[in-house]
Amino acid sequence: MIGLQHYLSMSAILFALSVAGIFINRRNLILLLMCIELMLLSVNFNFVAFSRYLGDETGQVFVFFILTVAAAEAAIGLAILVVLFRNRRSINVQELDTMKG
Amino acid sequence: MFHAILFYSFAAVLIGAALGVIFSRNPVHAVMFLVLAFFQSAVLWLLAEAEFLAIVLVLVYVGAVMVLFLFVVMMLDIKVEEARSGFTKYRSFGLLIAGLMVVELMQLVWLRGNDSMGGSGFAPTPEGYSNTKALGAVLYTEHVYAFEIAAVILLLAIVAAITLTMRKRPGLKVQNISAQVAVQAKDRVRIVKMDGEETQ
Repeated sequence: MIGLQHYLSMSAILFALSVAGIFINRRNLILLLMCIELMLLSVNFNFVAFSRYLGDETGQVFVFFILTVAAAEAAIGLAILVVLFRNRRSINVQELDTMKG
Repeated sequence: MFHAILFYSFAAVLIGAALGVIFSRNPVHAVMFLVLAFFQSAVLWLLAEAEFLAIVLVLVYVGAVMVLFLFVVMMLDIKVEEARSGFTKYRSFGLLIAGLMVVELMQLVWLRGNDSMGGSGFAPTPEGYSNTKALGAVLYTEHVYAFEIAAVILLLAIVAAITLTMRKRPGLKVQNISAQVAVQAKDRVRIVKMDGEETQ
């Protein structure tokens, strides 16, 4: 039967893939944002699986709040991206070195 | 058994979609793969009997956030070749780290977990259990302050997104409201005293 360990493994694979995505797509800002969304999804998987395993709804309430914050983050991130593209005509991370970081 | 077949097939499509997000050369394709990944996750959450969150994931994420992503990707004129230069440079390194993480996390889950976590599956829910009802019962009582803070965060996101993207265009014809309000009758109407004309 499918239990907690299967869900945790699924989430681990998803998390590792999104970390690899951040390494691979490190030039393109919008793909970095999408990899972060994928990473949040894998964290939510853990919350849902543990909530079901422990029979406690608090984990699912937490997923609800993560979804809220992720939606806010996506909206603000995309707004920053649009302003950045309007000013620099590029979303290449390599060219964003104004702050000399 | 049927449950297991469903889980493995949807999980396989989910991992394939995640690979598509990472490796697709076109950002629009990547967004489409991400939509597919969210759909598969919603089905997997349904299998874990988290029905409310599964529907919320489809409605909020696929319906709003991913459409926003798609909108931005299509609106920005991104040159695909330019964005993808240096694509292979870090591919092996990233995949190596990902493989290492998977091995470590699998070891943690499968070797350190106890028997109750895996083999027997989740404990069955009691008869007449409603996930949405149970979630609402704790959301509006125990977590009501967090719920209100979430509402404020959404409001903050609206205000921030609009303020960031609003711009003043030069040469735009707008009203000066304060000048309009402060105007007085003597600025607008001039009373002229003059002699009446003689009539024939």
